[in-house]
Amino acid sequence: MAQQTPQLTRSAPSAPAARTGFGTGLLRRRELSIVLVTIAAFAYFSLGSYGSAFNTTNNYHIIMQYFAPWAIIAAGESMLLICGEIDLSAGFTYTFVPFVMMAFYNQGLDVPLSLVLAILVSMGIGLVNGLIRTVFNLSSFITTLGMGFFLEGMTYIQSNAEPTPPPLTGTLADVLGGWRWSELVWALLIIVLMQVALSYTKYGVYAQAAGGNPLSAAESGIKVNRVKVATFMLTSLFAGLAGIVDQVRVGSFDPTSGGSQMMFMAVAAAVIGGTALLGGSGTVIGALFGAVLLAIIQNGFTLTGVNAYAFDVVIGVAVVAAMLLNVYISSLRRKYLR
Amino acid sequence: MSEEETDTPGADVPHQAAAPDENGAGTESGPGASGPGAEALRVEGISKRFGPVTALRDINLHVRAGEVLGLLGDNGAGKSTLIKIITGFHRPDSGRIVLGGEEVSLRSVAHARSLGVETVYQDLALVDELPVYLNFFLNKELTAGPFLRHGAMRRRAVDALAEVGINIPSVSAEVRALSGGQRQAIAVARAVNTAAKVLLLDEPLAAMGAREGGQILRLIDRLRQRGDLAIILIAHNYSQVMDVCDRVNLLQHGEITFDRPTAETSVAELLELVHAEYRMA
Repeated sequence: MAQQTPQLTRSAPSAPAARTGFGTGLLRRRELSIVLVTIAAFAYFSLGSYGSAFNTTNNYHIIMQYFAPWAIIAAGESMLLICGEIDLSAGFTYTFVPFVMMAFYNQGLDVPLSLVLAILVSMGIGLVNGLIRTVFNLSSFITTLGMGFFLEGMTYIQSNAEPTPPPLTGTLADVLGGWRWSELVWALLIIVLMQVALSYTKYGVYAQAAGGNPLSAAESGIKVNRVKVATFMLTSLFAGLAGIVDQVRVGSFDPTSGGSQMMFMAVAAAVIGGTALLGGSGTVIGALFGAVLLAIIQNGFTLTGVNAYAFDVVIGVAVVAAMLLNVYISSLRRKYLR
Repeated sequence: MSEEETDTPGADVPHQAAAPDENGAGTESGPGASGPGAEALRVEGISKRFGPVTALRDINLHVRAGEVLGLLGDNGAGKSTLIKIITGFHRPDSGRIVLGGEEVSLRSVAHARSLGVETVYQDLALVDELPVYLNFFLNKELTAGPFLRHGAMRRRAVDALAEVGINIPSVSAEVRALSGGQRQAIAVARAVNTAAKVLLLDEPLAAMGAREGGQILRLIDRLRQRGDLAIILIAHNYSQVMDVCDRVNLLQHGEITFDRPTAETSVAELLELVHAEYRMA
C-alpha cells in the first residue's frame, strides 16, 4: 500500500535538490519503517511485564519457528509482487512437496534423489503457474488459486490425509531443519540472496520494470514473460524448500500444515515489509522484517495470554496499524527526499 | 560492449557537430544555423493496406542528418502507420526504405533499432518506480560479472544528461518524482545515447505545459546542432513545430500532400491546407 500513494502525487512540482547525510540516507531505505515497527514491537514485549518469559533462547527459537517459513516463502512472493504477480498456491506447495518426496522415496529411490526430484517438481509447479499466467494471459490470482486447490487435493490423495515421519536422517536431516537453527540459516540465506538479486543484478531491474511498466520494459527489449515465469519458479522452489525444512524440523510431514494460512502470512510479510501490491517496487529484506514482526506479535500475544478467539482480531488490527505506520513513514520519506 | 556505445557519442560530439556545420554552410543554404548533412533516411513509394483500408499510398519522405522534419497530420491520416513502418513494427506492402544510403528490409523493431532507428513514444517510455539512471540504462545495464555497476551507471547518466543539457535534481531519484518535461527529456536522451542515427519523436509535446514544452524544443534544437542525428517530429501543434523544424511534411488521408522548408511556409498556410481537407470531407 505504501507504494501506491505516490501515483496520486505524480504531478508534484519540480523537486528541490536531494539532501545528503546520515538522516536522509537512513530515510532513503525502503525498509526503515518496518525495521522501526519491528524494533518497537520487540521492545514492547521484551520490556513489558512478560519480558522474563519473552527474553529466553527457547522463546526466540519459537519466534524463529514462526517466521522462518514465512520469510522463505515471502522472499519469492516479494519478487512476484514486484513483477506485478502473486502466488496464492505457495502455501499448498509447502504442504505438497514433502509428500512428493515421499512418493519418490516409496518408489524405492534414495533420500537425496527423492529430495532433488521433489525440488524439481516444486519448480515445475511454478513453471505451470507462470506459463498459464503468461501464455494464456490468465491473471495470476486465478491461476494460482486454481493451483492451490489442485495441490491441496493432491496432497490429501498422496498422503491419504495422514502425517508421515520424514525419512531423512543424519547430516542431511540436520541441514534441512533437523539442527535447531538450520531453518533460520535457510531463511537468512535465501533472503540475502534474493535481496542481492533484486538490488544488484539485471534480474532485479527487469523484475521491477516488468511490474512497473511492462510496455516500456518490453519496448526496451526485456523478455517480460520470461522474467515472470522465472519468478514463479523461484517462489514455488522456496515454498517447496520451506515445506521440507519446516516439516523436517517438526518431525512430521503433515497434510494439514501450511496451506492458505502459510501463504497469507508470507504475502502479509512481503506487503508489510514495504513491497507494493501493484508491482514495480519492493524489498526482500523488508519481507524478513515483516515476517519477524508478525511472529513477534503472535508470540507476544500468546505469552501475554490474549484470548485465542481474540487473537486473529488483534493480529488483524496490528497488521493494519503496522501498515498505517509504514505508509506514514514512507510519506515522510518522500516529503524529505525530494 | 554497451560501455563503448555509450561513450562514443559523448566523445565524438564536438568534431562531429563542427564538420557538417562548415560543410553545410559552404554548399547549401539550409534553413537552420547548421546545414543538413548526409541523407539519413529515405522512404520511397511506401504503401500499406489493412484489409479494405488503404492506410498509406505511395509515401515519399526523406530526412538528413542534422535536420528536423516535422510530420503533421490529423488522427487517422496514417502518421502512426508510417512511424510503425519506419520503426520496423509493420512491413510495407510495397516501396523501399533506405537507411544511410543502403536499402533495408526491416524485420522487427529490434532490427530497426540495431540500424540506428530509435523512437520515443509519448508516455510509455520510462518505468516510474526505477531511478533515472536505471531507466537510462534499461536493458543495457553496465555489469561486472553478474552484478550491476550502479556507480558507473550513475556517473554516465549524469554525463549523458548534462551533455544534452538536461537538469534534474538527481539521477538517483525515482522517475515518478519528476515532471512530464523531465521524463520526456530523459526518454529522448536515452534514445540518443544509443548510437541513434534517426530519432522519431511521437508527440513529444503532448500533455505538456508551455514551459516544459519549451524545454523539449530546446533539447531538440541542441540535438540538431550535433549534426549527426536526423529527427522526425510527429506533432499536432503546428506553431511549436514551426519553431523547431527545418522542414514540414503534411500527411493527409495516407498521402504526403505538402513538403516544404519551414522558412517557406507558415502556420496559416498549413492550417488552410488542413481546413481545405475538412471542407472537402
